Formats: sequence, structure tokens, C-alpha cells
Amino acid sequence: MERFFRSDFFYHFRHAPVAIVSFVTIILIILAAIFANFIAPTNPFDPASLNLMNGFTPPLEANEFTGERFLLGTDDQGRDLFSTILYGLRISLFVGLMAVLLAMVMGVLLGLIAGFLGGWIDSVIMRFADIQMTFPSILVAMLIYGVARGILPPEVRYEMSIVVLIISIGLSEWVPFARTVRGSTLVEKEKEYVTAAKMIGLTRQQIMLRHILPNVLSPVLVIATITFALAIIAEATLSFLGVGVPSTKPSLGTLIRIGQDFLFSGEWWILLFPAVTLLALALSINLFGDWLRDILNPKLK
Amino acid sequence: MIKHLLISAAIVTASFATASAETVRWARAGDSITMDPHAQNEGPTHTLSHQIYDTLLHRDMAGAIIPSLATEWAALSDNPNVWRFTLRKGVVFHDGSDFTSEDVVFSLNRAMADGSEMKELLSSVKEVRAVDSHIVDVETNGANPLLINNLTNMFMMDKGWSEDNKVTTPHDVAKGETNFATMNTNGTGAFMLVSRAVDEKTILKANPNYWGKDIYPNQVTEIIYTPIQSSATRVAALLSGEVDIIQDVPVQDLGRVSASADLQLATAAQNRVIFFGLDTVNGPTANLKVRQAMNIAINRDSIKKIVMRGQSDPTGVIMPPFVNGWTEALNQHPQYDLNKAKALMKDAGYSNGFDIVLNCPNDRYVNDESICQAAVGMMAKIGITVTLDAKPKAQHFPIAKGGEADFYMLGWGVPTFDSHYIFNYLVHSQTNDRGSWNPTGYSNADVDAMIVSLESETDLTKRDDTIAKIWAAVQVAQMYLPIHNQVLNWGMRKDIMFDVQPEDTPLFQFLTFK
Repeated sequence: MERFFRSDFFYHFRHAPVAIVSFVTIILIILAAIFANFIAPTNPFDPASLNLMNGFTPPLEANEFTGERFLLGTDDQGRDLFSTILYGLRISLFVGLMAVLLAMVMGVLLGLIAGFLGGWIDSVIMRFADIQMTFPSILVAMLIYGVARGILPPEVRYEMSIVVLIISIGLSEWVPFARTVRGSTLVEKEKEYVTAAKMIGLTRQQIMLRHILPNVLSPVLVIATITFALAIIAEATLSFLGVGVPSTKPSLGTLIRIGQDFLFSGEWWILLFPAVTLLALALSINLFGDWLRDILNPKLK
Repeated sequence: MIKHLLISAAIVTASFATASAETVRWARAGDSITMDPHAQNEGPTHTLSHQIYDTLLHRDMAGAIIPSLATEWAALSDNPNVWRFTLRKGVVFHDGSDFTSEDVVFSLNRAMADGSEMKELLSSVKEVRAVDSHIVDVETNGANPLLINNLTNMFMMDKGWSEDNKVTTPHDVAKGETNFATMNTNGTGAFMLVSRAVDEKTILKANPNYWGKDIYPNQVTEIIYTPIQSSATRVAALLSGEVDIIQDVPVQDLGRVSASADLQLATAAQNRVIFFGLDTVNGPTANLKVRQAMNIAINRDSIKKIVMRGQSDPTGVIMPPFVNGWTEALNQHPQYDLNKAKALMKDAGYSNGFDIVLNCPNDRYVNDESICQAAVGMMAKIGITVTLDAKPKAQHFPIAKGGEADFYMLGWGVPTFDSHYIFNYLVHSQTNDRGSWNPTGYSNADVDAMIVSLESETDLTKRDDTIAKIWAAVQVAQMYLPIHNQVLNWGMRKDIMFDVQPEDTPLFQFLTFK
């Protein structure tokens, strides 16, 4: 630990206000989502606790029928927006995190294999990646989502909707990981330590995972942060388009979709608060990721 | 018998001759499901078909039946089982072929064929005969004084065109079939189909040979129809002038639209009731006590206040007030009573509740998905865990109709203005030619017999008694949980003069500009 506090990394962090602010924002949002059931005054995912008459209560004002007050107001179903945003964050963060993990594992492995083995395997993997890059990733996600919804039997479709979201976003974001790792692998595999490892008779698997992988991981960390933000936005976009999680268990994107219907009628808070939360989260992750890239890239130092 | 000798709408004289060329850009939440006029008995589908195809007779804005392709109709004095229709002369289809009695015989038989959703409206018909080139006899099983009410959405197709293109029977939408008529048309109506991209844009142009050229204003020369599902986008399109008329102004935006200097709002009670259907054969909802509990667990007043912002009329019966058979007593909606509902659930042996899926459309009725969401919360209060499955209507209707759904939302308009229409589609047990929209499994032989008897009952007092009896049985069985009757809100440019019609079917040949 002490080594960390004395490191270059921490030194740069302490002297970058943008990094500090964005990091603190991310941590606060993540903590709020993890401890949502302690912080949130109500559980918006429990439909039995909702009172429709609380619908459209403005922030801090008393509802005209029930007299109840809500910090950020309520949505069209009488859900407390503050609680709903916290619970929605859980879905957004979970989907984002798992999607990034999926994309990372897949991309890193494929990139490693392509770079190390080369030849026709490399061509197949990278041409497939090129083809996928020609489609916007949100379209790829929608395609995978649509196919999965079609295959799954209706009984499990609802429980599986989050899993399907993770898979569809994860599969649409693996390409940048694969490209970067392949590039680094091509450089690393010519170095002496790899030749040495080959000489002592290690298997290709051992060389790839034990020797090359640790040396190509630092750019992966940067891509992972950026992709995390992208995945959260992709989830919000899918839910905004109405193909994500069901509206009875809203994520941030679903809340923005609901709020959009009330833009003209003056119920601004239903759209504004979830949108600001999403903005703060995505912006912080991107800023932090940018800073991380600058720090970890020796050329930019 | 009732003798109809109607002076046609020619009272509206040639004063409209000075019509300028005008395009009307028209939007609503959902698209027509098919251009085949007999394949789907659904509001938006019929509305688009009405621009292209004509019926023998239709309703004016006040709801009275007026001539269209038939100029006169009457039951034969010597045989009350036969209705005789005299057809309008000189009418041509869009492809130039003449409209004759052959086409009427063909179209009515097509509407009774397998795959047709219009069957129930013609279930009393025994035979359709051409007497000469412009006279058609329709023979019913027993005298049916109300047959003509069933023809207001019965579109006339060209026999020759249908045979050439192999569309002599309608396609079954629920089975996913399509045919040439799904995307192509040949009607006699005021507008001709120019192009169509499903769920995107349909363009119609005025029919230069329209038979009603000198009868109706016909000021619209082109219609561009764009379905816009998102209510915010739809109202934004109206406010920005991107479209000229929308049929479904979102309830939250009524104030905004009426306050706009360039727009006006036209409001009317709609002939459409919204309700939930329940499976009465399988699962927990087969238990009457469960259905009763669900019925009183729905808080209709709060749905009206919050979800509908006052734009609805809560009801206790699946029948709009326009319909013969409607009474104030039936319309009384059940009192919301959570404790009683919980007690009923306990009696039924479901004190711990159960899981169920609610199938719901999201582009058909006013705030359909929000109503369903509200119902999820209300059902949760009596222990029922509802999973909401909201889909566009083109996917929802086959599920709801096919009997796959245990709990689903449906809306029903009554173009015949008579209870029989509701009974024949929604109450009669599901058979080959009746009860096609009754997937609840409700089946009562006595009720079925009474429904059939309505078709040949000439004593109207006796007929009304039977209607009341059937309603009593429906109210006891509670396979449907009524919610409310809709209120129509059309938003349009201020210089458009267009009467709102309770069936929500704008007929653009009637539209005029200030």
C-alpha cells in the first residue's frame, strides 16, 4: 500500500484535479448503487409499494392527493425518482460492468491468439473484427438482442433480459480490445524473453498467458474504462429504444424514455434527473479513462 | 318492414368545386396492420382502408347511416329475410374496371371466408345473390333488421383484380400469412395508394375518377400518413408543423396543443372501451373469485386521474355508451376495495398470490402501456406478481387473440352501435365463424344460443331483453375486467375543418380548409 502512495501513478493523480473529481464521482455513484437499499427511501422495484396517486409529484412539493413529498419528485407511476435512479443505476452499472468483462475477455483472448499464432487464424479473426467494425455497435447489439429474444421461450425472456443485454453489448464491443492486444502481441512476441521461453520448451498456451498477456494489459485497462462508459450508454440507448429491461424495473435509459414523454407538458424532473445522473457517470468515466491513458502511455508523458 | 329511401348526401352541392391542391400530412401512434380490407378487424387498419376502399353504406359524423356504394336498401316486403341493395351506377375501381353486383357478391363472400376477421359481422348471412348488374340481394337466416349496421366497415373489392392476383380469400394475420392485397390495393375510394412502407410512410393521392367528386368537398389531393409511436415525437411533429393532423394527442400535451396559435384541438367521447381479458380455463384466473378480486383491485379512478389526466370515463362493462344495450347501472364501475379483494384471494386459495404475464400493446390505445404498468402495481397489492410484456400491436394482437395470453389488454369499438357485435366477437364461444376475439375460453351454450337468436329477432323489445340477459351473464362471469371508455383528442392545423367522429375514423374526402 505504501508503495502505491509513493508511486508515480499516485503522484500524478494527486496533481490532476480532473482525475480526482471524476474518480470521486464514480466512486460515489457506485457506492450509492451498491447501498441503494439503505439509502433509498422506497423500493421502486416492489410494485406493491407504489401508490399511483403519487404520480407526477414535483420535486420537494407535497402531492395534492396524498400530501407526500419526494426529494426529486415522482414519475408517471408514482415511483420516487431518487430511489428509482439509485436502483436503476444498479442495473446500468451491472450491465455495463459485465458487458465490459465479457468484451474484454473475448477481445483479449482473440487478439492474443490472432497476434501470436498469425497466419489464417489471424486473418479470420481480424477480418471478422473489421466486418463488425463497419456496423455501429448499437446496431450489432440490437441485432443480437433481437435474435436472442426470438430464440428464448417467453417464460424465461424476462429473467433473461439483463443477461441478453450484457451479451449483446459485450459482443458488440470486443473489437477494440482484440485490435490493441493483437498489435501489442505482434511487438512482444519478437522480443528475447519470448524466444527464451520458446527455447526452454514452454507450450504456446503458457507463453501466451504467462509471458505475453501481462505485458499487453496496460492499454487494455484504458480501453476497458472507455468501453465501460460506452456500455452504460449502450444499455441506456437500448432501454431508451424500448428493447432493454422492462419498464416495471427501469434502468436509467428506461427512465429517460419515460421522461421524454413529459417534456412538453412541464414534468421536467422525470427526464432531467436520470439524464443528469447518466451524464455525470459517463462523463466521469470518460475523463478518468482519458487521464489514465495519458499516464499509462509513455509517449505522452 | 323498415323502408329506407335515403336522399343521398348530395345536399352538399357543387359549392366545393373551388378546391385547391392540398397535401395533408397525417400521423397517429400505430400503422395499419394490412391493406387487405377483410383480414383484420381493427381501427387503424380500417381507417386507412376507408380512404382507399368503399363500403355499401357508412356513417356520417353524427352516426346516422348514409349511402355510399349502395344508394338504396330495404328488406323485401314479401320476404323480410332478404335485404335488397341498389348499387350506385358509374362507379369504377382505381384500375378502371366497373363496380357491379358481381363485386359485391364476391366481396361479401370473401369477408365470410376463412382467414377473414369480418366473419362475425356476417354470421347471419345465408346467401348473397346478384339480381342484375346493379341490384344485390342478401338473404339472412331469419329476418335480421339490423344487418345494415354491420356493413359500415365491409369493404368492396374488385372481383377480377382479386382473381388475377390470387387474393380471393383474406390472409390470416395471426398465422403470419401475407398475400398480394397486403401491400396492394384496388378500391373505389377517394384516394389511391401511391406507395407504402410499413410502419414508416404511406402516400395516397386523390382518385381522379372518384364517384363522390361532386358529392363531398374533396379538397385533399394527397395524404402522407406517418405512424409515430413515441408520444413526445408525435406531438413535437405537430407543434413544429411537420404534420398537419394527429389522431391521438397525448393526454399530457392537450394544454400545450390548444395553447398553440396555429393548432386546434378537437375532442369527443370515443366509441371504444378498454379492458383486460383473463383466461377462464387454465391457471389461477380460471377461479371466479380470483377474477372478482382482480376486478375490485383495479383502482379505476386513480387511473383516470393520473394516467389519463381526466381523459377517460371509468366503466364497469365492456360497452361504450353509444351502444344499444348500454345502461347506467351496467356502466357503474366496481368500487375499489383492497380488503375485499384480499379476502377473495384467500377464499380462492391464493393468499400467497401467483405469477402471471400481462400482455399489453404499446402503440394502440391512449397510454396503453402506462395503464398496464399501473395494473402491475395494483395486482401486486393483492399478491399477484405480474410480469409486463408490452409490444407493438402488430405483435400483441396475434398473442391476445390466439389464446396464448392469460392476462391481456384489449380495446373494443362498436361500429354497429349494437351489443350483438360485442357478443359475437368477445362473448360467444370460439367457433369457426364466431367468437374469434374471445380467447378467454368462456363458453356458455345458453348464452351462445341467445346471441344467435339476436340475429333474427324482429321484436325489438324482446331483443333488448335478451341483450340485457346476456350482459347479466357476462357481468357474472367476469372474464373481462373493464377499465374505461376513451376520449378522442385530434390535434390539427387551425385552418383545417374536420369533424371528430366517435369511431376515430377520419374520412379525408370530408376535410375542408378555411
